[in-house]
Amino acid sequence: MQKSLHISADDCTGCYQCVLACSDAHGHDFNPVKSVIQVFRFEDEGRDVPYTCTQCDEAWCQKSCPTDAISVDANGAKVVSEALCVGCKVCTIACPFGTINYNADSGKVIKCDLCGGDPACVKACPTSAITFVHSDTAQFNKMRDWAGKTDAGSQQST
Amino acid sequence: MKQADYVIIGAGPAAVAAAETLRSTDKSGSIAIISRENISPYSRMALPYFLTGQISQKGTYLRKSSDHYKQRDITLYHATVTSIDPQNKHLELASGGRITYGKLLIATGASPVKPPLPGLDLPGVHNCWTLDDAKAMAQRAGPGANIVLMGAGFIGCIILEALMSRGATLTVVEAGNRMVPRMMNDVAGNMLKSWCEQKGMTILTSTRVVSVAQAKGKLEVTLDNGASDLVDLVVVATGVAASVDFACGTDMEIEDGIKIDEHMQTSINDIYAAGDCAQGRDFSTGFWSVHAIQPTATEHGHIAALNMAGQEAAYKGSLNMNVLDTAGLISSSFGQWQGVEGGQSAQNLDAERYRYTHLSFEGDRLIGALTIGQTDNIGILRGLIQSRTKLGVWKDRLLKNPNRIAQSYIASTLM
Amino acid sequence: MAWTGKILRVDLTAGTCTLEPLNMQWAGDYLGQRGLATKYLMSEIDPKVDPLSPDNKMIMATGPLTGTSASTGGRYSVITKGELTGAIACSNSGGFFGNEMKNAGWDMIIFEGKSDKLVYLLIENDQATLMDAAEYKGASCWDTEEGIKSKHGDQFIRVASIGGAGENGVKYACIINDMDRAAGRSGVGTVMGSKNLKAVAIRGTLGVKVKDREKFAVAVAAGKKVLADNPVTGQGLPTYGTQVLMNVINESGALPTRNHKDIQFEDAHDISGEAMHEPRKSDGKPNLVSNAACFACTIACQRVSTIDRTHYTVKDRPEYHKASGGLEYEAAWSLGAACGVNDLDALTFANFLCNEHGIDPITFGATLAAAMELYEMGVINDETTGGVKLTFGSAEALTTLVEQTCKSEGFGVELGLGSKRLCEKYGKPELSMGVKGQEFPAYDGRGIQGIGLAYATSNRGACHLRGYTIASEILGIPVKTDPLETEGKAGLVKAFQDATAAFDSAGICIFSSFAWTLDDVAPQIDAACEGDWSADRLLELGERIWNMERQFNLQAGFTGADDTLPARLLKDAATTGPAKGKVSGLETMLPEYYELRGWSQDGVPTAETLSRFGL
Repeated sequence: MQKSLHISADDCTGCYQCVLACSDAHGHDFNPVKSVIQVFRFEDEGRDVPYTCTQCDEAWCQKSCPTDAISVDANGAKVVSEALCVGCKVCTIACPFGTINYNADSGKVIKCDLCGGDPACVKACPTSAITFVHSDTAQFNKMRDWAGKTDAGSQQST
Repeated sequence: MKQADYVIIGAGPAAVAAAETLRSTDKSGSIAIISRENISPYSRMALPYFLTGQISQKGTYLRKSSDHYKQRDITLYHATVTSIDPQNKHLELASGGRITYGKLLIATGASPVKPPLPGLDLPGVHNCWTLDDAKAMAQRAGPGANIVLMGAGFIGCIILEALMSRGATLTVVEAGNRMVPRMMNDVAGNMLKSWCEQKGMTILTSTRVVSVAQAKGKLEVTLDNGASDLVDLVVVATGVAASVDFACGTDMEIEDGIKIDEHMQTSINDIYAAGDCAQGRDFSTGFWSVHAIQPTATEHGHIAALNMAGQEAAYKGSLNMNVLDTAGLISSSFGQWQGVEGGQSAQNLDAERYRYTHLSFEGDRLIGALTIGQTDNIGILRGLIQSRTKLGVWKDRLLKNPNRIAQSYIASTLM
Repeated sequence: MAWTGKILRVDLTAGTCTLEPLNMQWAGDYLGQRGLATKYLMSEIDPKVDPLSPDNKMIMATGPLTGTSASTGGRYSVITKGELTGAIACSNSGGFFGNEMKNAGWDMIIFEGKSDKLVYLLIENDQATLMDAAEYKGASCWDTEEGIKSKHGDQFIRVASIGGAGENGVKYACIINDMDRAAGRSGVGTVMGSKNLKAVAIRGTLGVKVKDREKFAVAVAAGKKVLADNPVTGQGLPTYGTQVLMNVINESGALPTRNHKDIQFEDAHDISGEAMHEPRKSDGKPNLVSNAACFACTIACQRVSTIDRTHYTVKDRPEYHKASGGLEYEAAWSLGAACGVNDLDALTFANFLCNEHGIDPITFGATLAAAMELYEMGVINDETTGGVKLTFGSAEALTTLVEQTCKSEGFGVELGLGSKRLCEKYGKPELSMGVKGQEFPAYDGRGIQGIGLAYATSNRGACHLRGYTIASEILGIPVKTDPLETEGKAGLVKAFQDATAAFDSAGICIFSSFAWTLDDVAPQIDAACEGDWSADRLLELGERIWNMERQFNLQAGFTGADDTLPARLLKDAATTGPAKGKVSGLETMLPEYYELRGWSQDGVPTAETLSRFGL
């Protein structure tokens, strides 16, 4: 079974270590806009929630790509080929999670690629709020359920 | 080739998605894609990037591997279909041949429409639609070239930057009172206009071209305000229409496109339609619309293929949405961005910095959105609209600050 | 690398923003943030300048590690001549603003002159614009921050602003960023207000680079491990925040109570970190919602709290029913023990208001404590206070007057002067509990001797963060010393002061020093910055900074005579606890301190000392 990121928002302090590790891994500098994991702070609730791609089965991004620039790697991650992406941004409106985003510097889209199977965010998190685990876990199932609701496509009946 | 179990007319995203789904659903049925262009299936969406030289011809191909279709036993057939005979289930070809189908998918997309004006058939007047168009334009749109672009709609805006980046001087003539009138409201359309003007383009809204003529080795473009100019290239991007001529001899129901039911079937049995030529269910309104965008095309193609292969699948409808990069200014629109009667809306606007967000609600659900200058998490707008998520207290927070879209999604669904 | 090499100079009089290269030689000598900005300030203003005149300047400065993944590396400081003290002021803040400034490409922003109308500075990377702030006139820091983010349609804009208090000249106005992080002390917000600068709003997307990525990653990981393995930074601070100290300090007999009349508070537990975890009677929920982190911080000491919705302060004010920045130890002490108030919800409410309107809760609480003493002595009365009964222990006096002070109404206007000016006004200067015009934080120099010397010699007036000897005297970091002993404290204070100056110049949080020594910091700086950086170099740099700040104050008119404590600490013996019978032994420690510093008996650095540091 493939591993996926498991996010436990209750353990997140909002320190951005995951964001910094991600931008360092992907952009070779410390720059939150180059990170494909984001942390949203809910001031009024006193919560922080890390947020990134679930590598969903629907693969909205991949299906919407006009240049075949998104493929699935050995870890099950949907990865963007820098060489093939033309920056048309259609995937950024197709993904109902908003977890594939346009980066103006590169003129390409960026998304979580699970760092080739050894996610930098997981290693950087000081509270184990982000883990890389085998099981399908609660938060991602929630997101996937939601993907089902969003699914304009195949509502298959048998 | 004389017959196939599944025949697909057209070779765009809907066609390719359908062929792939057919193959994964029916391992043995024969599948044929009929293309008018003798070239690997490619994406029109990618043409502007070919025009700028950012990608090669191969970069526009929908599938990069040269034996992608062969591997899946999908036959690519170069031919032009002239008519359909639903009774006998065969297609007449321009070459005089004939193809028999078991199930037919029409995925012919759309074609540019040139307005009936004098001179639009002259050399140097082009649509930006096919790879050949793009190549021809690239030749004329060199540094210092003077170009008139007719139409500041979606396609016009996409090619603006490509033309500018080649060092040309650009005048855009748009009949509507703002840019991209079908995707943007007044505020947003005018923001795009001032952005383009700042980039050195001339944008003439509420203006029409009345004629194009040859003069002094160039093209003389005359406007309805009496002005005229000598230019090297005229690009026509005034609109497109579904490519359905070949179906006119049948009693297939056609309005803006070929009307299809929730299974993507047309009014004629065993004939399906998908993509830009199809008028399918609109998720927001429940009515039938043409939504000419790749995600809709691939969804159509996928659902059509399932049904064609005997796996019944129903479609909930496509969401009207677009994302546009107008010379570096990124805008997007979703669903019923115009709002609905009795619904509320929220917006914030920083005109100097070209940032704009406009949200439309019905009850406590998001039903439409427009953005300019925003690129982070914009897909969530689609998700919130299409999942009909009840926003609860977050609606009031969005009314106050429409930029907290991501938080409202996370709070409404994950927390 | 690590430094951006760029300074933004904002001339508020002329309304211009210009780019300047950073003086890299100075960066080598002063590192960044506190040290480097003080160097710039000293070279650009006359230390005798009136803090509120257009001739004073205000610098917002990051350090080389700000914006990197170094744990706690999100700090920035505000350096200016302080209005509360007339001394060098350097107020350090966390949150996310510092990173945004660095990511926008700026090591520092130097503000000079005075705008003729209220403005805010909007920075988007290299674009800096002064914007009209008329719509935010009198607005709270919270409304200003929300308003600017919403106006520009970008929730990731980071804002540092002053509230009405800063505009109205409250002497201890702070600059609030990210809703509840503060450049808090010495009246830096008052200086900002005098320049008609309402806010600085930044969006930065340029990225921060370090010299050696791989080496840096190794050094940062090692640093993070040290913090995680340390009981204070790994467990105590995340669980209880700085409030871990309330009961500890009270038991040590060093919790100043009722304007330092007592040094133990009988109700300390009620306002402690432990109490913040206990369920309330009304709704069964604790005061504390969660802990939270500033940018890049793996400690996460920040408190996020709510007020009991049935509490008198908020039962009719739903806008305060949300979670917000909760009590840190210093604020819990100043609003609580210093005033004898034991109502945790009242303290939390007062703390919210201090954040919302931008005033320093330490000075406010200490000033209120002084006013309470004046009131109980009969020096001031109901007529002076507008009818508010200013008795020690009154939560209502606290919550009424914090609001009046924040809004410059009623007796709050007088409390806005700070304790020194207030007590002088009423002829009782000895009741102001502070040094060089700045009020003490939450430790008593009788119960903890070293901190008394640290207060007396602190360059920005009484302050625990200039030489936190509590670490050694109470927590045993790096080695345990006896809090009641004066011997050896001069050296301890000097060592803490010098190391702290280096920490404060690096872009990291001083709380990291509960676990880190300069040996932990040096590899991170060395991997990030050009040049070779050792712990020794950093320590020397820290001492250079300390002497430079001292020079500033001497040139501003301070003398060795200002290195003293109020008579209450020097003459009135502690009445309870381990320090019972003790006064501060400052007079024995101070001469030794001067000597160790290489200063004359009058507290003036000798020519030799100055030349040793190239000053």
